[in-house]
Amino acid sequence: MSNPANPKQAVSSGRFESWGRYPSYAANLIPLHWQQEYLPATEGLANGALAVGMGRSYGDSCLLKDGNLVVTTGMNRLIAFDPETGLLTAEAGMTLAQILDFAVPRGFFLPVTPGTKYVTLGGAIANDIHGKNHHVAGTFGCHITQLELVRSDGSRRICSPTENPDWFAATIGGLGLTGFISWATLRLRPIVSRKIDYEGIQFHGIDEFLDLTTQSQNIEYTVSWVDCTSTGRNFCRGVFMQGDHSRQPGELTPSPEPKLVFPFEAPGFALNALSVSLFNSVFFHKQLHQRVVALQDYEPFFYPLDKVLHWNRMYGKRGLLQFQYAIPWENAREGTVAILREVAASGLASFLAVLKAFGDVPSPGLMSFPRPGITLALDFPIKQDKTFPLVERLADMTREFGGRLYPAKDAAMTAAQFQAFYPQWQQLARYKDPLLTSSFWERVTGDPLFR
Amino acid sequence: MSQTVTTPKKILVLGATSGIAQATCRIWAAQGASLFLVARSAEKLAAVAQDLQVRGAGFVDTAVADLDDTEQHPALLAHAINALGGMDIAYLAHGILGDQEEAEQEFNAAAQILYTNLLAPVSLLTWLANFCVQRRTGTLAVLSSVAGDRGRKSNYVYGSSKAGLSVFLQGLRNRVDREGVTVLTIKPGPVKTAMTAGMAKSSSFADPDQVAKSIVAAIAARRDVLYVPFLWLPIMFVIRHIPERIFKKLNL
Repeated sequence: MSNPANPKQAVSSGRFESWGRYPSYAANLIPLHWQQEYLPATEGLANGALAVGMGRSYGDSCLLKDGNLVVTTGMNRLIAFDPETGLLTAEAGMTLAQILDFAVPRGFFLPVTPGTKYVTLGGAIANDIHGKNHHVAGTFGCHITQLELVRSDGSRRICSPTENPDWFAATIGGLGLTGFISWATLRLRPIVSRKIDYEGIQFHGIDEFLDLTTQSQNIEYTVSWVDCTSTGRNFCRGVFMQGDHSRQPGELTPSPEPKLVFPFEAPGFALNALSVSLFNSVFFHKQLHQRVVALQDYEPFFYPLDKVLHWNRMYGKRGLLQFQYAIPWENAREGTVAILREVAASGLASFLAVLKAFGDVPSPGLMSFPRPGITLALDFPIKQDKTFPLVERLADMTREFGGRLYPAKDAAMTAAQFQAFYPQWQQLARYKDPLLTSSFWERVTGDPLFR
Repeated sequence: MSQTVTTPKKILVLGATSGIAQATCRIWAAQGASLFLVARSAEKLAAVAQDLQVRGAGFVDTAVADLDDTEQHPALLAHAINALGGMDIAYLAHGILGDQEEAEQEFNAAAQILYTNLLAPVSLLTWLANFCVQRRTGTLAVLSSVAGDRGRKSNYVYGSSKAGLSVFLQGLRNRVDREGVTVLTIKPGPVKTAMTAGMAKSSSFADPDQVAKSIVAAIAARRDVLYVPFLWLPIMFVIRHIPERIFKKLNL
């Protein structure tokens, strides 16, 4: 229905929220629907631009204060699929949910998936996301065979491990700064059923977690929920969850749609130390037995929170602060214990604490976050005077233990911390498109280059 | 595996690159339908055709055409139906929102909206209805709008084009129903597509995939009129019944 001559691009000003809902900035929103619109839509823009998808990054890596956000979710067309090889080529605004709807009935699954399917292909590449199978499959970028990069000067580059490999490396985990990712080819993995052979195992303490990690090396998916409110006897208790795609041929139907929507913003007091520690206790004891074995659908296994749309409203208006580190093996145990102690002592409860061992499959990405060792993801309600000092302390501890933080889940690290975590950032800066930037990038490089 | 078996349909889509049409065609493609797509932009048409092919359409062919060119309609339609090897459904999804403010000042701008949204469909439907009547089968599914249910100052030119279209379809249905031909008038509320991208609050508009699902179901059920999302049926009932002396003062 739009005019192909396209006299003027639709622009509206508004607020684009990241998933943490902090920070929140005004920006121009420019929705794109067609591949040929990148340039006309962004030509001559002042104040920079950034491609955004579903806004599932938690902090400000998908924000650009007073700039232009190019919304790509209207570009969700498939370009090619080869049922022999599982290679799928799609426009970058396609979500992983849309890919699953297409792939599962054809007997394929995502090679790597995060804890939500509501992210775009482009966002998954730009943040080089990881999943429960990192220890065997590496990051999302390991399964991208090629992509196209559209630069603001009008040039288009096909990038792959062999073609423009330097651009490919800079773009995987490149925070969307190297150019617009217009489409990409992803290698899907075959499945014969929607089901996951699931096993949940309670653990008490970090050493039991590490033992379970060692024992489950050959299991495709592993992740743990850890109770970070308890101290003493219950310190670092949790549930180790592991699974493999069922090898028993079964249903390959598409998923039903989520029906639940978190309907309102919870008041600030709803999440307090008591309610969260209660939740943690319930979660731990919900699993009545030390070991539970089940054949589970992939939806609750991978995406338990996607069942409730807008679950982030639980954190109220002020939003939440995410924090995720990766600490290398040599300090992983010590660092994890120290950070969990610090969190428990702070009294700032974290609802969803997720613990996992990263493997050593190298990512092609220059700025990729995961590294062999332990990763822990926490979220904190934003409480004045308490949350930010805690998170800064945790970031410093991460640095002392030789680890680093995940830009997609950060709204607080300082420029010094970032530059210590990612000394290669200056290399990325050389591949950065002069038009593109993000509030995250301006914050951590302290260098609003063109503004 | 309790999937209902649907015989693949032969579907002619006019205005195939519109947001609602794309979403609808994806559902048909997944059912293995044969699709003939018509739109103005060759580049966009190629992207849509490729997408539908990958999604499992049994057959996809395209023609680039400006549907304002009513002279070409008979040849275009004959060619499309020939390529499809018949036609079960004609889906008319082309249209323009236009610029209301401009149309208030410039007759030519108003005329353009009426031409594209009303006269061009009348030309297409006249040919298509006669084709279907001759064969005593077929469904004509046409995108009108809730905007055609009552004139409002914010979009009455667009609204009047859709009102004309809705009444035309009513009469056409009355004529051809007894000949075995189904006419579906689709009245969407605001939908989140490229057409509405510039409108305020467009982020709260209906999701095109949901709208498309309802459209596919309504066509399969041979319904007459579809308000989509369904809530627009009671809303428009109320809006239609507000007395004019009150309505004329409102800012809807």
